[in-house]
Amino acid sequence: MSDLFIRFRWVILTILVFVFVTLFTAEFQQAQTTAVLASALRQSTPLVFGALCGVMCERSGVVNIGIEGQMLLSAFVGFMVASATGSLIAGILAGMATGALMGAGLAGLSVTLQGDQIIAGTVLNIAAFGISSYFFQQGLTLPSGKTPQVSLGPLADLPVIGRVFFINRPLTYLSLILIWVVWFVLFRTRWGLWTRSVGEVPSAAETVGISVARVRYTNLIAGGCLAGLGGAYLSLEAVGSFERMMTNGRGFVALAVMIFGRWNPIGIWGAALLFGYASAVQTQLQFRGWLADDPQFIGMIPYVVCIVVLAGFVGRARPPAAVGQPYSRE
Amino acid sequence: MRMLKPVAVPLIAVGLALGIGAIILAVSGANPIEAYGALIDGSLSSQKTVGRTLEKATPLIMGGLAVALAFRAGLFNIGGQGQLVVGGIFSAAVGFGFEGLPWIIHAPMALAVGALAGAAWGSIAGILKATRGAHEVITTIMLNFVALNLTDWLASNPWKDEGILSRTPAVEESALIPLWGSFPTGFLVAVAASIGCWYLLERTNLGFEIRSVGLNGDAARYAGISVQRIIIATMAISGLLAGAGGAIETQGVIGRYEPGFNAGLGFNGITIALLARNHPLGVIPAALLIGAMEAGGSMMQFNADVAPEITDIIEALMLLFVATPIVVRWFFSRQEAAEVSVTAGWGSS
Repeated sequence: MSDLFIRFRWVILTILVFVFVTLFTAEFQQAQTTAVLASALRQSTPLVFGALCGVMCERSGVVNIGIEGQMLLSAFVGFMVASATGSLIAGILAGMATGALMGAGLAGLSVTLQGDQIIAGTVLNIAAFGISSYFFQQGLTLPSGKTPQVSLGPLADLPVIGRVFFINRPLTYLSLILIWVVWFVLFRTRWGLWTRSVGEVPSAAETVGISVARVRYTNLIAGGCLAGLGGAYLSLEAVGSFERMMTNGRGFVALAVMIFGRWNPIGIWGAALLFGYASAVQTQLQFRGWLADDPQFIGMIPYVVCIVVLAGFVGRARPPAAVGQPYSRE
Repeated sequence: MRMLKPVAVPLIAVGLALGIGAIILAVSGANPIEAYGALIDGSLSSQKTVGRTLEKATPLIMGGLAVALAFRAGLFNIGGQGQLVVGGIFSAAVGFGFEGLPWIIHAPMALAVGALAGAAWGSIAGILKATRGAHEVITTIMLNFVALNLTDWLASNPWKDEGILSRTPAVEESALIPLWGSFPTGFLVAVAASIGCWYLLERTNLGFEIRSVGLNGDAARYAGISVQRIIIATMAISGLLAGAGGAIETQGVIGRYEPGFNAGLGFNGITIALLARNHPLGVIPAALLIGAMEAGGSMMQFNADVAPEITDIIEALMLLFVATPIVVRWFFSRQEAAEVSVTAGWGSS
């Protein structure tokens, strides 16, 4: 663990600075600080799902720029199914299945056909945009409402932290668990070792008997489930309806989060929280009427923060060595 | 069969995409023949609609060139949208800011300022990549959002028109790129830009260096090419093209900068570059095809009551068939599929 802290010192330091700034700007008013932090967590959740999908794919050597499309179509299908059946669980499962199916499609194009991975991802994005807009019907609602809020008993009564982490909706809890699950799978299991070796030197992995195709297919489909959860989170948990283009670039931001988190789930969580925090501060500033005449400058904050952090602190992050290259057995 | 491949693959792909699109239309309860009839009606049936197709294709050519050129250096510029809106608003500012200039000075000046603004915006990502190692996929996406906020602010504060709308005043007549009958003159600028890009890539030292960096950055470095300089130059030229696309849109089509200015061009530029296999001259037919579908989309909604988003599905299918090895594998030999890879992944510095 200690080497993790050293490796992520910039992420951790930045988060500490930001938490300090929040406490300071809120003039130690607990309610506002809590609201900003809770909103930061909410904003970071879809990014966590998307970036976890990205890390599963890229650690096995496949670039996935189709996360945006996977999330968008999952949000759409999840919403349509939940709206038709009245069951949120059916909707969430449908979202996961959609993401997984698209992951399998990406795998078919990039692993079996050995096509260009960036093109395959772009196909997913455009197709998802077209399908969700073409088949979308206005005026549908969720008969069961959004996913319910669940507070975790005594933990929820803790000051600040309780409100932020322990009174949430189910998919948010799930994202917090999945961060550690994906980390464990990637760095503490045999499958994770296979994945990483396939992502670094696939030919060497193949010589010791690991099937590159099988590892990549499995990871892309599993990653698709994660992106599908991210989509379901948007339509069924965060908003409670579907809107055209509702992902609004979050799939791409998730890629930024993945790189900023250095292809590591824990780093990803830190990066997602940072970005979520910047978005939360933006909403809070707008709410308080700062720069009310020029809200556009507040709107830029999350993106500028992301650029500054990426250029200023992170420097050259090293991706898995085999990422983006089709593998053929020869 | 081999000789025909460069032409046959795109044709088969387009045919397959339209075929599957027809099935989707039929399944969703529309009449495919009627829908495609309306699509052709709205894009190719008369001088006016052909003019409209060319008009739609113009920014698409510029956006496609921006992406294609960056790809040749191994850079993935998703920031075409941001560079385009920055170019659009700066050309609008020059367009309405100067009065009494002759057309021969005013219009090129507005176009040049828009292009340079796009170049400046694009080179931010290039500089960040070359000096700080920040990945251009991320910085260009982030800069898109910053650019949208920035242009929105400019159009609602210093450069705001009278009235309540957040838009710039209309540009002076002397800054407009005129229609020639129903033929948009801006299209010629885009075609010239395509030829210029081809010349740059294939016939100049800079183009050779760009391609070298794209093929193998390490080898280029050993050969004495400054990879950092090429990264910055390529992103600047890429932004220049997108910015010029925005300027042509302002001066030739809309006549001012307003919100919703060519939204969604980001995706289209990538599609077109990939359809054209990153060849600057291939960008022209690819953009004409997408432009025709965009121009005909509204007619399809009007005449056949089909949501125009079907064209996005067809676009995705075309890209699927033309830019991935599927068609090549089905219709040609297996070995030829290997040459399909056109983009560089993350990894290359």
